[in-house]
Amino acid sequence: MTGDVACAEGALAAGCLFFGGYPITPATEIAEHMSERLPEVGGTFIQMEDEIAAMASVVGASCAGVKSMTATSGPGFSLMMENIGLAVCTETPCVVVNVQRAGPSTGLPTLGAQADMMQARWGSHGHYEIIALAPSSPQEIFYQTITAFNLAERYRIPVLVMTDEFVGHLSERVVIPEPKDIRLVSRLAPKGRKDRFKPFRAGSDGIAPMAAAGEGYRIHVTGLTHDERGYPTMTVEAQTEMMERLVGKIRGHEEEIILTDGYRLDDAEIVVVSYGVSARTAYAAVDEARRSGIKAGLFRLITVWPFPERRIRQLAERVKAFVTVEINLGQIHLEVERCAAGKAPALLVGHPGGAIIPPEHVIEAMQSIAKGNERP
Amino acid sequence: MKKAAPPPHPLEDLIRTDRIPHIWCPGCGIGTVFSASLYAMKTSGIDLEKTVMVSGIGCSGRGAGYVNLDSYHTTHGRAIPFATGMKLANPELNVVVFSGDGDLFAIGGNHFIHAARRNVDLTVICVNNFNYGMTGGQVAATTPLKARTTTTPYGNPETPFNLPLLAFASGATYVARWTILHTRDLTESIVEALLRPGFSFVEVLAPCPINYGRRNREKPLETLRLYQEKTIVRNEAPPTELEVDFEKGVILGKFVDVHRPTCSNHYDQICRPKDLAETASAEAGA
Repeated sequence: MTGDVACAEGALAAGCLFFGGYPITPATEIAEHMSERLPEVGGTFIQMEDEIAAMASVVGASCAGVKSMTATSGPGFSLMMENIGLAVCTETPCVVVNVQRAGPSTGLPTLGAQADMMQARWGSHGHYEIIALAPSSPQEIFYQTITAFNLAERYRIPVLVMTDEFVGHLSERVVIPEPKDIRLVSRLAPKGRKDRFKPFRAGSDGIAPMAAAGEGYRIHVTGLTHDERGYPTMTVEAQTEMMERLVGKIRGHEEEIILTDGYRLDDAEIVVVSYGVSARTAYAAVDEARRSGIKAGLFRLITVWPFPERRIRQLAERVKAFVTVEINLGQIHLEVERCAAGKAPALLVGHPGGAIIPPEHVIEAMQSIAKGNERP
Repeated sequence: MKKAAPPPHPLEDLIRTDRIPHIWCPGCGIGTVFSASLYAMKTSGIDLEKTVMVSGIGCSGRGAGYVNLDSYHTTHGRAIPFATGMKLANPELNVVVFSGDGDLFAIGGNHFIHAARRNVDLTVICVNNFNYGMTGGQVAATTPLKARTTTTPYGNPETPFNLPLLAFASGATYVARWTILHTRDLTESIVEALLRPGFSFVEVLAPCPINYGRRNREKPLETLRLYQEKTIVRNEAPPTELEVDFEKGVILGKFVDVHRPTCSNHYDQICRPKDLAETASAEAGA
């Protein structure tokens, strides 16, 4: 099946029962598949009037206690930013899939890119933490969509699945395991007296149990800065307390959240950093470089945000250079450079979008570093 | 002699008294609409534990913050799509959208017409005070022609929406308009709106003496006098005749009250497999 269909099946396997969408190439197939499957499993699909409404409906459905998602591409992702921010502030679990295409603006609707990675990080206003995953194959989209729901429910946060047109439209064999073999996580339910429940009083891990609308807790939820009762509180102290918790609950769990993969990394001197479809390019390039005697390895990001800073810093201590491979003109590359902090040079093999990066470009970059011709 | 404790306010259980005082200005009409809405919820007999208030942004949008029910204060203009998601995800909920004219009809206008067209089972209460109050009194999609606001210093060059006409044309199954002087009719209307399955819309004309009245040489009591002397109740009046023009007189009343299957009814019938659809309709008590 295609990556898009695998994404929808992953969502269903994760227990998603609400999809609020809006058609957009190359993500439409996810909505189409959900429109067919959700009513069969007791869920609800709705095509809203735009992506602003789609995202608002997803946050509303999740507040009603249902695992909820949407899927879109660049232009729609831009429109969703407002209510992604609402979900961050109100700590509402949800999953947003971005099947990236080339931009800016309408760009190349049918051709892929990986150029929304910084938008994923900072697209909504204000300072916040977010979780974003980047699958490299239809099988991985299936699993990562499940992981996205689990992380969203565990940390009460929107989780972004940042795939791309190439993977979304790629047809590969996908194995769907038995439900008993899939680990699912649901939001923590409140305990104790309903009239004493404080909807934003967190446990020691920074995460508060979540009451759904209609459960009798009579909660108030707002996108304004709020205290643990959920009440708007317009003070610097309340802002500081809320922000420290919103940011801290992710930063404090980075080791649990971050997933990465290493390939021929143990003795690697030149490390390719990549994710999504570009990681597929990188595997081929690493093998080819090894054949020509270059000690190449791949550090693949499965979780892109929060960024695996510590791992890059550790690698920077011992490797000769980094090569970031991504279909944009330098986004995750900036993070690699930042974390390498001058200890190892970083070179970008980027692309403006619309095509995948040929392995030859990556090999050339590694060869020139190996020869010492290029100090990136 | 000790003074006897004052009797509890009849709405005390529905108000977050620990959030009082509220932010609304003296002379503002929102409080009247708010209490009429709460009285209506109480007298309608709906299950309050299953009742949710959703607001957008603005003075009226703060309503959700004062009601002691599950309440969601969302983003500007997005109360209706948020409420749509909530209602479809859990059809057992009674979802009430309480917001202002700027929120519902300018930034949120597109969502309003689509929710009405779909006939989502929501009750939408709009406090129409003819301007953006919270930001200091700017022109809105409801500001009368020639009226002065901070962004129409020479007078408004635009024509306002006729909200009941818009609601009717978009497919709302219940449409009414009152002013804050007509609290009894208003409360009755909100009860009907709450009990009517489908998209219900109640517009309430309300003064904003600080930001709108002041700039249009309208003292608070004069606004109320207009509501008394320049309005006429005409139930079932044709929606095309419902523009707000106090010089000609403003028509109040209930204009639409029809039954149409809701969006969820149709979804269950058309989209779900037969066995699931039957369970869903049995649960809905249909």
